[in-house]
Amino acid sequence: MITATQPEQDAAAEERPKSALQRLVSAQAFQILGVLLVLIVLFSIAEPDAFLSVNNFRNVVVNVSILAIIGVGMTFIIITGGIDLSVGSVLVFSGVVAAKVMTALGGQGVGVSIVGALVACGSGTLWGLFNGVVVARLKVPPLIVTLGTLGMALGAAQILTGGIDLRGAPTVLTDTIGFGRLFGQIPYLSLIALVVVVVGAVILHRTRFGRYTYAVGSNGEAARRVGVRADRHLVLVYTLAGFCAGLAGILNLAFFSSTTIAGQSNTALNVIAGVVIGGTSLFGGIGTIAGTVIGLFIPAVLQNGFVIMGVQPFWQQVVVGAFLIAAVYVDQVRRAAATRGASTRRSLSSRFSRPSGARRKEAQ
Amino acid sequence: MTPALEARGLRREFGHVRALDGADFDIDPGEVVALIGDNGAGKSTLVKALSGSLAVDSGELYSDGERVTIDSPAAARALGIETVYQDLALAPHLDPVQNMYLGREVMRSGLLGRLGFMDHAEMKEKTQRAFADLGATVRDFTAPVGSMSGGQRQQIAVARAAAWASRVIFLDEPTAALGVVQTRNVLDLIKRVRDRGIAVVLISHSMPHVIEVADRIQVLRLGRRVATYDAKETSMEELVGAMTGAINQEAA
Repeated sequence: MITATQPEQDAAAEERPKSALQRLVSAQAFQILGVLLVLIVLFSIAEPDAFLSVNNFRNVVVNVSILAIIGVGMTFIIITGGIDLSVGSVLVFSGVVAAKVMTALGGQGVGVSIVGALVACGSGTLWGLFNGVVVARLKVPPLIVTLGTLGMALGAAQILTGGIDLRGAPTVLTDTIGFGRLFGQIPYLSLIALVVVVVGAVILHRTRFGRYTYAVGSNGEAARRVGVRADRHLVLVYTLAGFCAGLAGILNLAFFSSTTIAGQSNTALNVIAGVVIGGTSLFGGIGTIAGTVIGLFIPAVLQNGFVIMGVQPFWQQVVVGAFLIAAVYVDQVRRAAATRGASTRRSLSSRFSRPSGARRKEAQ
Repeated sequence: MTPALEARGLRREFGHVRALDGADFDIDPGEVVALIGDNGAGKSTLVKALSGSLAVDSGELYSDGERVTIDSPAAARALGIETVYQDLALAPHLDPVQNMYLGREVMRSGLLGRLGFMDHAEMKEKTQRAFADLGATVRDFTAPVGSMSGGQRQQIAVARAAAWASRVIFLDEPTAALGVVQTRNVLDLIKRVRDRGIAVVLISHSMPHVIEVADRIQVLRLGRRVATYDAKETSMEELVGAMTGAINQEAA
């Protein structure tokens, strides 16, 4: 019976701990940040005057802001292994309800705006709660549940308005949150988005709520066995995403001075694309808020750059689509490698050069 | 010695199948008891009943001599009983520390803790100490456990159970999917857990492992305990005989 020397042998065969730097470099969010920077450099070289200006960057940031708020909630959901297709419709519905309430109250004041914001967030939260309860308690697949609420929320918004956009946003709302800038430079819209992103990142990466989000997405049964109330957690995550969509609804109303009923049909898909490009795994358990923000900037920068360069902006959709497929492919390769227990230290390029073995789909 | 956990006359039927037909079981503190039996003998059902995952139709459970009811995994945990399931039940994307404390996070003190912030340093330190105490060969405490070898994952699962169990640990086929070296590590780990005074129940099909690591071996057949052997004084032939029904020590 040999016992003394075996553990050491075993350990030698295992991988050495990775340094913080290696970990950072191998993170998909970090690699995608490199892609984003390359894009920015390329466009800057091509169009140094038009692209590389404070005004232009501010435009891009504003374009990303509302999507980023929705993206925070979406990141939580996708980390649990779920999906939410309803966010665009919930955004519209929340904006419509808020506009209705604010019109009914009358006036253009701050008080009315605050009530409107609360109504929008509340209605989004309720839609999220509904999604969560049906997904977690009734065990209907999230794709179907949120496809259903996508139609329900949009239909309800159209019933409330007769299908005609409302323009009932108080001027104080459009002048401050819609177009206002702190110190004349930083749009309030983007400041709000930044706050949501930071709070979301802190919750996801630092708190027990975030830990359970990863655990439920990684292995829900394991989480249940150690006493995590996984179903309740799922309800909360969907509710959080609904709240984010509701908040985005009032900001959208402030920005466009319109409920944009017909304009949000691609919102959910755009957000999901950003989240996935940013390295969050559709299979659950993996993801970061920072990655989502970077992933949302890539389509926005592409669109902006193409417009400036005079390329047909339709190309943006083509390129973003290719990015999306590539991002999911990389995720698959990564997961397959992790399941094999292979070294995750290998560089991305060497993974691509691997033959068939790397492409094997993972089992779990 | 008072048994850490004792079961008397457990019965459980699934339709017409008697999974447990008056099964008895007992284990002392600081003892490794192997539970063996052919497929369908009732090993898994017995473990589920003792760890709170399955209700029994009748029978009595005693912990340290006191009558207890274990009707949920939470009730089992409250009695200091932990179970390592065959499929490990770790979250593959979380690191060893996060898995160790999953569902039992140490929160920061004061307001931050109430807001849901965790004490990472404390959890990491205690995890490293717990692994070191058991001689677990996990070196990287920040990599996801899914990227680790089967043996390391099994060690993490056993170490987690050992850290939280104060009375009994159930291990369901802990070496089934492991190589030679990995199996050795897990068996050593089991001995170290036992040396801390915790009772370890080992379910395994591997007779050599069972004879090596167990103090006593209890044989289940057709839902009842048919024999109990001292591991040092038994042989493979005797165990197989008891499993197949050739020997029935406890027949009344």
